[in-house]
Amino acid sequence: MSKKTTAFKIRDILFITMMILPILAGILLKVLFIPASDGISITGAHVFFTIDFPIQPLIISEAQVNSWLVIISLFFFCLFMTNGIKAGIHTKRQVLAEWMVESVENLVKSNMGEYFIGFAPFVAAIMALSAFSSLLSLTGLFPPTSDLNIVAGWALLVFFLITYYKMKCGPLHYLKSFGEPVPFLAPLNIISEVATPVSMAFRHYGNILSGSVISVLVASALQGLTHLLMGKLPGWLGEFPFLRIGIPAVLSIYFDVFSGLLQAFIFAMLTMLYIGGAFALEDYLAIQAKKKKTRTKINT
Amino acid sequence: MLELAIGIILGGCALGAGCAMIAGIGPGIGEGNAVAKACEAIGRQPESRSAVTTTMLMGCAVAETTGLYALVIAILLIFVAPGRFVEILLNAIK
Repeated sequence: MSKKTTAFKIRDILFITMMILPILAGILLKVLFIPASDGISITGAHVFFTIDFPIQPLIISEAQVNSWLVIISLFFFCLFMTNGIKAGIHTKRQVLAEWMVESVENLVKSNMGEYFIGFAPFVAAIMALSAFSSLLSLTGLFPPTSDLNIVAGWALLVFFLITYYKMKCGPLHYLKSFGEPVPFLAPLNIISEVATPVSMAFRHYGNILSGSVISVLVASALQGLTHLLMGKLPGWLGEFPFLRIGIPAVLSIYFDVFSGLLQAFIFAMLTMLYIGGAFALEDYLAIQAKKKKTRTKINT
Repeated sequence: MLELAIGIILGGCALGAGCAMIAGIGPGIGEGNAVAKACEAIGRQPESRSAVTTTMLMGCAVAETTGLYALVIAILLIFVAPGRFVEILLNAIK
């Protein structure tokens, strides 16, 4: 084991503080700027301010701010994991970081094939961003994934990638794919093309939002139940919601932790499957080979 | 008269949201079938457990889509639509 230098330790402390600081900043923003509710009202993301634009004003909401906080936190988490990384020396942290990278690469290789290995960082980024955005609700902040705009942005990115890989064999090949079984089914094919990002966005958003709505409903129901049972007790004892302690946490394990992580995994898997399925590798290689042949013919 | 109109709007939105969630039946049956078949497959070949589980979760997520469309419509009807409709009504009266 190599001795830890002071520079290494200082960098460690800096990265850890920078990981925690965005979350604290989010909590501070929430405390300062968002009016408190009694825990029963279900509202969307709080709008901090709007910027005037010609077509439509740009809204800076809680979801966007929290999403950026998660991005900053994850950035410093990555720096922390790769701090002091060296070939050969295996600290616990390095083994963990290598396991993460290798497992994502294996996942991409088994689902998309060897050609798409460059997609591993993208898939890992989407998975981590989605998972940590959903887990942000454990700190009491608004989870960005329960806002449709954030998830729709990711789905749109995936849609552009799908279209790019379909276009890669040539625009004619792409247009021909719409009249695939019979030409008059083209409208249905266009609809199913558009439905891909819509269904991806709605799936992620609906799962997270339904969890939070059910949690709030159960919490308010438990408050009513305590009021019914212990409302006759004198003073603060009668108003304190005893049943709200602990019981909603059991639901939170399913809806926040399990459902959030599962949706992150499913979003990443669907990204891989759609992009991998959009690209006809054999056709592309055949076209490339043909091009090469004609080029060599012209040269000779 | 205005109260009656707003009451009809709120009642209609709530009824519509309730009717929309009938769509929850479909994904329930579909996912139940998927999980039952996955259990059978794992029982037959216990060593293929991880692959079957991953595929089942993917299939469940895709089968859930129709239910989630209904859920999104119900949420819009409950939280967004009443305000919009009442606003339209008040503007029309003006």
